[in-house]
Amino acid sequence: MDRMIYLSMSGAKAMMQRQDTLANNLANVSTPGFRAELQAFRAVPVQGSGASTRVYALETTPGYDNTPGVISNTGRNLDVAVKGNSWLSVQALDGTEAYTRGGALDISADGTLVTRSGLPVMGDGGPIQIPANSEVSIAADGTLSAKNAATGKNTAVGKLKLVTPEVPLDRGEDGLFRAPEGDLAADPTARVQDGALEGSNVSAVETMVSMITAARQFEAQMKMLQTAEGDEKAAAQLLSLS
Amino acid sequence: MMRSLWISKTGMEAQQTQLDHISNNLANTATNGYKKSHAVFEDLMYQNLRQAGANSSEQTTLPTGLQVGLGTRAVATSRSFTQGNLQQSSNSLDVAVRGNGFFEVQMPDGTPGYTRDGSFQVNAQGQLVTNNGFTVQPGITIPSNAQSVTIGADGTVSVALPGQATPQTVGQLTLASFVNPAGLEPKGQNLYTETAASGTPTAGTPGQNGLGALQQGFVETSNVNVVEELVGMIQTQRAYELNSKAIQTSDQMLQRLAQL
Repeated sequence: MDRMIYLSMSGAKAMMQRQDTLANNLANVSTPGFRAELQAFRAVPVQGSGASTRVYALETTPGYDNTPGVISNTGRNLDVAVKGNSWLSVQALDGTEAYTRGGALDISADGTLVTRSGLPVMGDGGPIQIPANSEVSIAADGTLSAKNAATGKNTAVGKLKLVTPEVPLDRGEDGLFRAPEGDLAADPTARVQDGALEGSNVSAVETMVSMITAARQFEAQMKMLQTAEGDEKAAAQLLSLS
Repeated sequence: MMRSLWISKTGMEAQQTQLDHISNNLANTATNGYKKSHAVFEDLMYQNLRQAGANSSEQTTLPTGLQVGLGTRAVATSRSFTQGNLQQSSNSLDVAVRGNGFFEVQMPDGTPGYTRDGSFQVNAQGQLVTNNGFTVQPGITIPSNAQSVTIGADGTVSVALPGQATPQTVGQLTLASFVNPAGLEPKGQNLYTETAASGTPTAGTPGQNGLGALQQGFVETSNVNVVEELVGMIQTQRAYELNSKAIQTSDQMLQRLAQL
């Protein structure tokens, strides 16, 4: 049996997986702070006796696209867009520190500053508590001040923990990012823009073109499968006795 | 079957939810005290099909893994409580709040509701009520022979009675504020109710303790920005189209596969 059919199959399978990651990027085209998943095919040569002619294709996701997304003004006092390559720190459900670029924040019933999905936002000294009856404003360096409704006085209630990773972060299964080598230290030079939100950094054009490429390449694999089948048929005919 | 079909489905669903919010905002452009809302999305979980760093043989490890995200979902409704425009109505019972705070009204089941819509009326008993007939708390009764009603910036309601030179105070309007107004539950009829997320209301005199001052003869219009909604609508429609295109492409791939 010709091995060619398996090679084409591995190509087609990798194309389908690429389609999955592209579809996920497109589905998150309007998720605030979303980072597009990058895709790369990897060649896996089959080692064995004789000439190694066969190379399988393997789809991989080597990381995320780190270009900043489009920043839009929302005017909401609890929306922050993180500038540059810095990230907001949050406490994930398992208690570990995780990072996100989605800066739509909220205040929970007990006064904790949380993200939209209810995860506490980390300050320099743990989760940030906002006093009741106060209006929060966020400064460029992430300092939160609460203006007391009764006295009209501003008090600093904490500072957002902003980190600037030097190596790319890892995306976890919960969609949050974590540092590969333990928690990062707060970066005093990181800056945020209040009243604004960073959109998704998925490029619709790029994703659509990649999708067309994947679909066409998939078709080419299908053609190869058909060729393999045709070859096999011809060989079988040669061998037939009639 | 291919994951991408279902992933794109989540994308289309999310955009549909967003369009629902946009249409609701546009439908309420002329509703007094209406506050615009939008859906906020987050990415769903990820599947690690191949873990980076796993052994590919005894000596070698995979440099990169394969991680597939499963799409998006609408995680919250973000309601924006920014100030709406104040429109002059010249009606003495119309009151607008300049700043923070909600009027408290009593709903038919006796529980408190909160509203920004201050276009009040007087019912048959002379009580101050909303357009739906719900009484404003604390209750204020306007005497039937009142010549005119004056509502001060601090909420004092006074009436001029025939034959009396000095106006008579008949009540005091209060405002309630919440730590997290975005957590209030919209009930329709311009009303909101308290939830665990909004925190408990703190009642106070208008104009004090951070509460907004009242403005008689004005109504607060909705804070919907029509241009913003239209741009949002275009964006939503295109994102929906892109996701449907992804479904189409996946479908074509499967079709091609079935033709083998």
